[in-house]
Amino acid sequence: MTEPLVRPKRKDPLKRTRLPLSPPGARSRTALGLATAAAQGRFMLQVCQDCAKTIYPPRDACPGCFAPAPPFCDVPDGGVLLAVTTIRTSTDAYYRERMPWRVGTVRLDCGPSVVAHVHGDCAEGDRVAMSLKLDRSGQAAAFALPARETPDMADDKQLREMTCDPKFRRALVTDGRTAVGQACAKALSEAGCTIVFVGIADAWKPFPGEEALRKTANVEIVPLDLTNSESVGDLAADIGGRVDIVVNTAEHVRPGGIMARKGLVVAREEMDVRYFGLMRLAQAFGPALRFRGADGVNSAAAFVNFLFVHALANWPEFGAYSATEAACLSASHSLRAELRPGGVKFINIFHGPLETEWFQPLPPPKVAPSALARSAVDALKRGLEDVFVGDIAQDIRERFLADPKTLEREL
Amino acid sequence: MAGSDFSSADLLAFAGAVASGAVRVVDLTQTLAPEFPVIVLPPEFGQAAPFRVEEISRYDERGPGWYWNNFTMSEHTGTHFDAPIHWITGRDLPDASVDTIPPANFVAPACVIDVSRQCAEDADFTLNVAHLLAWEKEHGEIPKRSWVLLRTDWSKLPGRAYANMKEDGAHTPGPSPEAMKWLVEARDVHGFGTETIGTDHGQAFHFNPPHPAHRYIHGAGKYGLQCLCNLDQLPPKGAIIFSAPLKIRQGSGSPLRVLALVADE
Repeated sequence: MTEPLVRPKRKDPLKRTRLPLSPPGARSRTALGLATAAAQGRFMLQVCQDCAKTIYPPRDACPGCFAPAPPFCDVPDGGVLLAVTTIRTSTDAYYRERMPWRVGTVRLDCGPSVVAHVHGDCAEGDRVAMSLKLDRSGQAAAFALPARETPDMADDKQLREMTCDPKFRRALVTDGRTAVGQACAKALSEAGCTIVFVGIADAWKPFPGEEALRKTANVEIVPLDLTNSESVGDLAADIGGRVDIVVNTAEHVRPGGIMARKGLVVAREEMDVRYFGLMRLAQAFGPALRFRGADGVNSAAAFVNFLFVHALANWPEFGAYSATEAACLSASHSLRAELRPGGVKFINIFHGPLETEWFQPLPPPKVAPSALARSAVDALKRGLEDVFVGDIAQDIRERFLADPKTLEREL
Repeated sequence: MAGSDFSSADLLAFAGAVASGAVRVVDLTQTLAPEFPVIVLPPEFGQAAPFRVEEISRYDERGPGWYWNNFTMSEHTGTHFDAPIHWITGRDLPDASVDTIPPANFVAPACVIDVSRQCAEDADFTLNVAHLLAWEKEHGEIPKRSWVLLRTDWSKLPGRAYANMKEDGAHTPGPSPEAMKWLVEARDVHGFGTETIGTDHGQAFHFNPPHPAHRYIHGAGKYGLQCLCNLDQLPPKGAIIFSAPLKIRQGSGSPLRVLALVADE
């Protein structure tokens, strides 16, 4: 049985904050395929296309028939925990301060046996669900989970190291004026956040949903305008050390291609809200997040960013907006690398058109703000990095992976 | 106006009066700050940029011995001046942009119409000709080439009450079409100034004609001032307004420092 997490006490101000350390992060280029799978929450191993052998650990050629470059494929995640042991000491600085640590050998239904991190509720001989998790160095780690959900399963100490569970953490939702922002505030509150700070720009402008937002449990309204560096800096000065999860819900959706518009006023607004807003947030909140990556039960955990899926491939009907989103996607890759030394994840939630005002003329399927918020919380709980929500986002992703040029012409 | 009978000695005496405090200098300008409301149009229209500051350096690695900022904003952010070219009715007038307006027009006397009591009771207070005639009965006719400044005490309200945005638009006081037409045509005023976000009433889009302050003032080549403050420190008559906008080529307006010179009786 997992010992349920206890709400952490307020931090002792006389104690030094422990610096975040990373588990060993070196992997071969081929082995990064596991991290790619882990980032999406998929269980993928190499499967030889010639002899159908499932391969682990990753190889440059099939160890059975020597066929080159076996691709990563989704494989069944079931297995049996053959043996488990508890490590009590280590020469590795990261693991040393996290001992004891359970590891075991799992024989997978799909063939190979793997050495894995083992959840506290898994006993020798049990059926387990194998998963790939991103560890604090951003690399894939094989993690054996109970085959069926157990009470307080997410509170397992080892599992929580790999996830960004909102429980007992403090989140900042950057724009509470948007439907997505309000849905995120609600979802994070329900997921157990101790405090959900919700940013409101231009408090002098009323907005729909304001009353319900103010009544949401654990929500604290804070002044925050992502287009104003001073405002972002002021808020970080106040609460930067108490924010464990940043969820950027700022949006500025406007239709139109680039030539379809006259002048740059709207484009500047898009870039200011989305791209520069992301930079302002990262500069103001990023350093404290990275510093507090190992700060106890409510350590800094994640930066969540919503992206229009046409960041991958421009959709000319929303051409200027797509370009802004592409800039944000590129920035997210830099920020992911910059946050990694703190063990803080940068989560991109890709979406197509939403059930919101600025996508009103578009036909379904559209993603409801509540569904998007649920996906964000799910990504935090599972420790994912890249999530594609809804049919359109998944479709665009698949077509992009198949061939970016063809997709460009199709759009 | 005084001509040759006004000497440099008079100017020096004036400077001395400013220095001694015999002439008070009242700052009618709101501080430029990011949180100060700007006019909001329906989202499908272009929007005026609010005031924003980016530090260039502050005695740090970006510039060890000096502090300075970049700032951005629209021509109509904060306490600002409206040139005739701002409105379609003034688009063909000569000398109608901030760079071509004769500089003497940046100095003019002001009449201050105090309707603060009415506005405290009614955010939709509309200035009518009757109010202006009542003011004239007490203080004499509004002279030609005078600013007419509408004192509403609106500048004392906090942000949300100041903008007072409701589902049907802003509810802030301002002039009726008849009052604006009368000020421009019957009194040939220099311009019209307010404490609210714009020179027009919050609901002026629904007036007939709409936006009468902009329409009539600028159509007649006259000027607007808005987001003023400290109008309660001015006498009803006799203050001199110094209001020089930035010299922006073809500029439709500009944030500026508005100063009033007041000689206390």
